[in-house]
Amino acid sequence: MNNLQYIPLVLLAIVAVAFGLSFIRFMLGPSRADRVIALDTLTIVAIGAALTAGVWTRSVFLLDIGLLLALLAFVSTVAFAYYQERRNDR
Amino acid sequence: MNESIGLIIMGAGALLMVFAGIGLLRMPDFLLRLAATSKSSSLGIALIAVGTALFFWDDGVTLRMAAIVLFVFLTAPVASHMIGRAGYRSGTPLWHGTTIDEMGRDETGKGIRG
Repeated sequence: MNNLQYIPLVLLAIVAVAFGLSFIRFMLGPSRADRVIALDTLTIVAIGAALTAGVWTRSVFLLDIGLLLALLAFVSTVAFAYYQERRNDR
Repeated sequence: MNESIGLIIMGAGALLMVFAGIGLLRMPDFLLRLAATSKSSSLGIALIAVGTALFFWDDGVTLRMAAIVLFVFLTAPVASHMIGRAGYRSGTPLWHGTTIDEMGRDETGKGIRG
């Protein structure tokens, strides 16, 4: 059991790499649709980071943050999609 | 034992999230980026949730993970469809190697994308 102790930290580092790649696209995405896609991916990666941090600290309370972010991702993406479709520029 | 299996499944999910990030960074077009990220990040979050449920082996945690997986699988296709349609209709430029664009013109041959 002791040799499994640092594996969630490694998983958290892998999820952080995914977060960094998505954040680069969020910063330099040429159009607004690219940024919204990157924001959606960032939120889903943040759910994964919350679950992995909950596994690392063995606390159940961090898993509720994942549930909250899962509810929030859909609302933000749909709101930005409506905004994008009402405005007629890119 | 179930902790080891859960950590292995969580590792697969974390790798799928890295693949989603690479696809988001490397694809040339916003529709291709959408196609690359929406599926792999959904499967990645499902694998991480299943691994977490196996790790804790608890009824409340399993219920929460099932709620996360169900909600993400219900809403992620709808959200990606909406942002793809909105981005296309607002005239975001496509990749120069796009060979067919069936919504790009109506039957009079006039473009509808402005």
